[in-house]
Amino acid sequence: MKTKNILTNKWVITLLFIFLVWFCAYDIDWSKLAAFSWSGFGQTLSQLMKPDFTIFYDGSGEDIFSLMVITVGIAFVGTTIGTILSIPFVLFASKNLWKGNTIIPTVGKFVLDVLRAFPELVYAIIFIKVVGPGPFAGALAIGVHQIGMLGKLFTEEMELMDEVPVEACHAVGANGIQTMFYARIPQLLPIYASLVLNHFEIGVRSASTLGLVGAGGIGAVLVFAIQARRWGRVSMILLTVIVTVFLLDVLTGLIRKRLR
Amino acid sequence: MKIKDTVHFQWYKSFFVVFVILVCFLASASLTEASFYEVFENLDQALAFLKELSKPDFSYLPKLVDPMIKTLKMSALGSLIGVVLAIPVSFLATTIVTKNEIITQFFRLVLNIVRTIPNLLLAALLVAILGIGDATGVVTIAVFTFGMVSQLIYETIETIDLSPIEAAESVGANKLQTAVWAIWPQIMLNVLSYFFYAFEINVRASVVLGYVGAGGIGVTLSNALGLFRYDRASLIIITIFIVVLIIDSLSEAIRRRIE
Amino acid sequence: MIIFDHVSKTYDNGVKGLIDVNLTINDGEFISIIGLSGAGKSTLLRAVNRLNEITEGEIVIDGKSITKANKKELRMIRRSIGLISQQFNLVKRSTVQKNVLSGRLGYYSTFKSVLGLFSKEDYELCNQMLEKVGLLDKLHERCDNLSGGQQQRVSIARTLFQQANIILADEPVSSLDPVTSQEIMEELRNINETMNKTIIVNIHSVELAKQFSTRIIALQDGKVVFDGKPELLTNNVLTMIYKGDSFLKGSEK
Repeated sequence: MKTKNILTNKWVITLLFIFLVWFCAYDIDWSKLAAFSWSGFGQTLSQLMKPDFTIFYDGSGEDIFSLMVITVGIAFVGTTIGTILSIPFVLFASKNLWKGNTIIPTVGKFVLDVLRAFPELVYAIIFIKVVGPGPFAGALAIGVHQIGMLGKLFTEEMELMDEVPVEACHAVGANGIQTMFYARIPQLLPIYASLVLNHFEIGVRSASTLGLVGAGGIGAVLVFAIQARRWGRVSMILLTVIVTVFLLDVLTGLIRKRLR
Repeated sequence: MKIKDTVHFQWYKSFFVVFVILVCFLASASLTEASFYEVFENLDQALAFLKELSKPDFSYLPKLVDPMIKTLKMSALGSLIGVVLAIPVSFLATTIVTKNEIITQFFRLVLNIVRTIPNLLLAALLVAILGIGDATGVVTIAVFTFGMVSQLIYETIETIDLSPIEAAESVGANKLQTAVWAIWPQIMLNVLSYFFYAFEINVRASVVLGYVGAGGIGVTLSNALGLFRYDRASLIIITIFIVVLIIDSLSEAIRRRIE
Repeated sequence: MIIFDHVSKTYDNGVKGLIDVNLTINDGEFISIIGLSGAGKSTLLRAVNRLNEITEGEIVIDGKSITKANKKELRMIRRSIGLISQQFNLVKRSTVQKNVLSGRLGYYSTFKSVLGLFSKEDYELCNQMLEKVGLLDKLHERCDNLSGGQQQRVSIARTLFQQANIILADEPVSSLDPVTSQEIMEELRNINETMNKTIIVNIHSVELAKQFSTRIIALQDGKVVFDGKPELLTNNVLTMIYKGDSFLKGSEK
């Protein structure tokens, strides 16, 4: 009783909370922030407010527009690879496809967990070794990461699906593949398509960062611009990324609505 | 037998979708200079890399404890600051308290923009403005959390029970009083649960943040990769994987108890 | 003809679903299975096409043992047994036509069915069956746009299209309103009389069972406690079947 009283006491909780915050904060070096000046920040901000539109398109193929198109292309190829390659994993990891066998789905799920555990950046570094620096390495990195992401979500949907039509197919003597095509796929296709569209959008966001390690797309020029503190360029690139993601969001939203 | 009487009566629709996807894919593939042949040809490279990754250097583990704890501290602090900042803003991003459509739309637009910027770019930007270091990492995490959690909170506010608000308004409470006395008690537990959710995501993201100099275990990973010490890199990734798994289950347990 | 020979079913957790069931069902019978929830009605019905495996005894359909059939033989036997269930077992997102056509998947090769290459005869048969249940105009309609009664009719059209000799109906009217229930049962009787198909129905409503079937089988705790013509199902027998449940006590007074 007494311990419970202590733990529910408001003052104890507050003190504990303050201690935790202090514990997290005390050994972080805040001197950099102390050196931060509002006037300098104001200057940066005012430069950020003036995007340099001249770099948007110059027909060289190295301009922001072309790089953004490539970034979207990376995401598209990556998401396509991820979608196609995740299917076999889903077939292994969904426990309703393995009546009575619990080992195979567990192993399948574990493989998907491991694939998801590595950040895209690490995959990008691996694939740069395989295919050399460039957008294709980025696409492969996003693809492999999305096997894990989509695989998990696909598996969850597969396990949640309505099994009654499946039983109906078995009852008329259909084999496994026929059941797949007549009872499972029609139910799952719209949900899967919606998930894929959503991950294409996520892929665009990731693709715009992978340039950092040399995996193509708009990320490289952005990082160069930031390091050179050319804020006009930075804001132009950020603006392009934001507008593109926004437009894709609207577009995929429209398609997703039609899938219902 | 006419095709319109068969199950393929809408064949042109499927045909169109497949055609569009194919065209997009081919265009994207040529843009990204995709050559799947090359993947198989150089697969030995990847295998060699994976082989090195599969031999983690466990003797390096003691040196990881400090940066890992640092990462956890940074994530916790950043998440806390982000959530604290998100609370007032999410009140402004719904019409329930302000009754003002313009303010709501303005704040939602700002939040949407903040959310669109990938966290790695955010980190790069803040590193350029604030300099390299752990403090920048905390600020990045705070901003990122702010964008993510604000949306979750304002969506929660929109689903709450409206009768206490009416009651508060009818006794003449002002807008701040309504927010604190009628709305906050209803969403408090959700906010707490979002904090743990954000914390979990931020620990995961800390791997990449270090890459641009925003501190934490990501810096260690970035150094290991830079020095081609893949045995260390793999140990770092495994460590993060296990820590994330632990936090995952902890935060799920806590969130379940809260709900 | 369906023969149940000393059929028993024990679930993995030790619960007995069926205990020593012996039945002979002749072609063209309309049988209702009644009993309390959990008495084993569904288990019995689903044992016929082996959606539920039995643990003892044997079920023989038209001279072939379904209990001992291997995978391929099982599919062959299942082709001639239709199933209608409470949840209509349709793919809600697919069209009426596709749902009906899926009834003959057992007759098509994997390749042909995946590409949707059904024969001209089957398309015509499908139209005929939909006309029979009055839904030909809904051919290309998605099933989630239909009412519950209409969905159950699609389900019936599918078993007809399947050209099954035996139709199993697992609580076909439980989620329908009384008027629609009556209509669906009439549809089933019509099929039974004009096409001479064996129909086995699990049903909660004793009145519908009495009204439509030629033979009633009652189950209690997995055992057959009544098997005979509907006229013989007196109130005393019903009280015994339903363990003196309140709704019957009311009618006895």
